[in-house]
Amino acid sequence: MKLAGARRRKAADWAVRIAASLGAAVGIVFLVWILWEVVSRGASALSWSFFTELPAPPGEAGGGLANAILGTVLISAGAGLLGVPAGIMAGIYLAEYGQGTRFGGLVGFMVNVMMGVPSIIAGLFVYTLIVVSLGHFSGYAGAVALALLMLPIVARTTADMMALVPDSLRESALALGAPRWRVIVQIVARSARSGLLTGILLAVARVSGETAPLLFTALNSPYWPHSFSGPTANLTVTIFNYAMSPYRSWQQAAWGASFVITAGVLAVSLLTRYILRRTT
Amino acid sequence: MIAIETTSQAESAPPRPGPQPVESSPARGAIAVRNLDFFYGEHQVLFGNGLDIAPRKVTAIIGPSGCGKSTHIRVYNRIYELYRDQRCTGEVLLDGQNLLAPTVDLIELRRRIGMIFQTPTPFPMSVFDNVAYGLRLHYTMPRSELADRVKTALEDAALWDEVRDKLHHSGIELSGGQQQRLCIARALAVEPEVLLMDEPTSAVDPVGTAKIEELVRRLKERLTIVIVTHNMQQAARISDFTAFFLDGRIVEFGDTTELFTNPVDRKTEDYITGRFG
Repeated sequence: MKLAGARRRKAADWAVRIAASLGAAVGIVFLVWILWEVVSRGASALSWSFFTELPAPPGEAGGGLANAILGTVLISAGAGLLGVPAGIMAGIYLAEYGQGTRFGGLVGFMVNVMMGVPSIIAGLFVYTLIVVSLGHFSGYAGAVALALLMLPIVARTTADMMALVPDSLRESALALGAPRWRVIVQIVARSARSGLLTGILLAVARVSGETAPLLFTALNSPYWPHSFSGPTANLTVTIFNYAMSPYRSWQQAAWGASFVITAGVLAVSLLTRYILRRTT
Repeated sequence: MIAIETTSQAESAPPRPGPQPVESSPARGAIAVRNLDFFYGEHQVLFGNGLDIAPRKVTAIIGPSGCGKSTHIRVYNRIYELYRDQRCTGEVLLDGQNLLAPTVDLIELRRRIGMIFQTPTPFPMSVFDNVAYGLRLHYTMPRSELADRVKTALEDAALWDEVRDKLHHSGIELSGGQQQRLCIARALAVEPEVLLMDEPTSAVDPVGTAKIEELVRRLKERLTIVIVTHNMQQAARISDFTAFFLDGRIVEFGDTTELFTNPVDRKTEDYITGRFG
């Protein structure tokens, strides 16, 4: 009797272990496969001119995506300039001022909802708000769309990280006579700084790979991003256009662009991990 | 318009002098508590507390967990106001001035009444900047004077010899006992008249505890100390007066030796002889 029970428990243990391992294996296989394809096909498309020259017409050899790389960096930076301060402030409100208030609860709920909003919705929203009213696509509109996606991520991580700072630290600073804003800036934010930085970098990594919001806002362009007020070249929409094109050289370039953006996001993630490990 | 004027005035104002030495007489830092009730939301936790705390003496507050000891002293510097649902009624007079009046300048109040917490709370900055934090908050002074005052505060907290070579290391790298003395130095730097200590040794090892107790004995020569402790031996060792709290009420208050050897109330006797708590 006893032995049979033990055998059944052991069998159940094995079954669960195998199912879990299989699930993990499926996940890792597809991830490695995607990475392998991107690296093996993308790396061969890279060359010096890829990073320095404008795109060549289809069929012609040479050329590069320097304009799209620069455009993506600029649009992401613009999104960061808009989204990070707003997100940090919203996070401070949630963690420091809004706790237990009706409005704070509402803001927290909206932040969570916004995190789940499909990115294409953010793109369409900015399209109707900015692109339609101004009458043209622009890099600014692209930056605003990405900033809308960054804001809830930064706000949520900021609020969570600041909530981890013990109240005794706030009380100690207040007890020395520090006004509330100094306590928040000099003590709480400083204690949580590696967490705040992580949130910012994660948000940057997340939005720099977005295509849908840019399709309706920044669109794309074969030229250098001279001015942000017109259609602006960027990597993700370029990948979308080139991959769908019938030209082999453009498909090659799309692989190269995929590699560059994957490597960029990976670099940001690694930087985040490094910062976290060094400061905690 | 008015706001702009105020700002420009503040910027052009001459540097304020640092803290002046407190005159030796008459002793300042006497606290009188009158009819203090305290509420967490609808829940009342302090009932009609009345207490007279003598200047430049150590007053211990003892009692079982949850009896309102910490809540009581958290009224003195109004730190409880950080929390929306906490409120109190009654009076707390510091040298005759009601600290609970809405007109009281909280920043100046907290310069005059320092507080040490249960767990050490070094700020995420260097040892030097920790001690200088309050000074920079309240005063404008030349760098050399700031350095002098930081050194004095660290000496007063019996920490200078241990940290003189690591002033620019993070305060978080110090040991628990050192961190707590760092917090004491930080509080002393702004020359408070009263120091509130909320179970200051509960997270500190016995050696560190002995150092902090020694410090308390020395510090009472220049300021009033109110110490909350769950450790009756500690109260007996270092305090001049003791108040025994039970369920938010002050059961007995008097001379420490008297209270421990000859308690008037039966509940005090039960508590100090270890029958409950």
